Amino acid sequence: MSAPAVVPPRFRRPPHSRIHTEKWAWLFMRASGALLIVLIFTHLFVNLMTGNGISAIDFGFVAGKWANPLWKWWDAAMLVLAMIHGTNGMRLLVNDYARTRWVRRTLKSALAAAFTLVVVLGSLVIFTFDPCPEGAAATDLNAAVCASITHTATTSEAP
Amino acid sequence: MRTAATKDASTKDAATKDAATKVAATGEVATFEVILKIRRNNPEASGEHEAGAGYWQEFRVKVHSTERILDALHTIKWEQDGSLTFRRSCAHGVCGSDAMRINGRNRLACKALIKDLHPSRPITIEPIQGLPVLKDLIVDMEPFFASYREIMPFLMPSGDAPKRERLQSPEQRARFEDTTKCILCAACTTSCPVFWTDGQYFGPAAIVNAHRFIFDSRDDAAWERLEILNDRDGVWKCRTTFNCTDACPRGIQVTEAISQVKRALATHRV
Repeated sequence: MSAPAVVPPRFRRPPHSRIHTEKWAWLFMRASGALLIVLIFTHLFVNLMTGNGISAIDFGFVAGKWANPLWKWWDAAMLVLAMIHGTNGMRLLVNDYARTRWVRRTLKSALAAAFTLVVVLGSLVIFTFDPCPEGAAATDLNAAVCASITHTATTSEAP
Repeated sequence: MRTAATKDASTKDAATKDAATKVAATGEVATFEVILKIRRNNPEASGEHEAGAGYWQEFRVKVHSTERILDALHTIKWEQDGSLTFRRSCAHGVCGSDAMRINGRNRLACKALIKDLHPSRPITIEPIQGLPVLKDLIVDMEPFFASYREIMPFLMPSGDAPKRERLQSPEQRARFEDTTKCILCAACTTSCPVFWTDGQYFGPAAIVNAHRFIFDSRDDAAWERLEILNDRDGVWKCRTTFNCTDACPRGIQVTEAISQVKRALATHRV
């Protein structure tokens, strides 16, 4: 009876890259991780602990927050950093566990598509947000924000 | 004088004898029976098992409380089943031949005392994970050594050979002292979940041995080695799970060594 052939060790390391993608990916994970802790916990604290807490969160609350460009950019930074951080983590998992080229490619394409979709839609919501849509019930809106918008609109149209 | 001396000697004798019986009475080496559950694999088909198919086999062994797993394996091989196959050489924790997965943890069979492994329950013994099994507890170490060779584990000084020793201060030596202790048993590399899933990763042992030369003041090829590890399959694949540090039978702080290599690459300073 002949012994089965031992599977030869697979060494298919890709040729050495000059740009050191993995190094920068690793450094990004460290930096964005630290930054996200501050961004996310401040976000949670401001939304849930200050003022009337969780019961105050509605359309008007978001409109009030996004009237301030600081919170717009805060949320945009959270969105983009969290998405890159998470997507890169998933990419590493795919690299670790997907055995065949085909599975690797498919999963990574799906990942890239999901990333693009979420970042584009999220950015659209943040930067094209209309705090006072026409036809909405006045009780759902942030009266102060809408008043200031109509005020600036009428003053700019005056001359 | 002479009688006095003889008398002295005889009392001494009696005292030692007394002490010996006392020791035997209080500290007699206990013997007990233990069940070893061993993962076996025969590359040739037998009546019961296909060629290369893994299966568990239990052995009942009578052991002393001072004995190690390696002693129990010897007892099995010499008295019960001569076909049981495993590597061992020095049997004293120096050669690094007998790393195996004992009760789910990588250890050297020659350093693992049976009495410390909850011998009231069966003790499981498997080959180290992530390398192809050749037979029973023997794996093909070639991928492991290939990675080791790749990081150039030898002194690469520049310039002419000096006429005398290459001097080094205790502080310079202290930087890589820990990583000189590696015996290449592969316990760390084969405990690494990244190595299990992706065999292309250099693995902790190769990085430890690179560290040993990267931080050696007498060596001048630190950046050649760092460049090799600054890659997809190099240090950046480390997920800091500390399995390697837990597994190392020499107590090397493996994860810390890997982090020092990462830091050198991130800061461009050795």
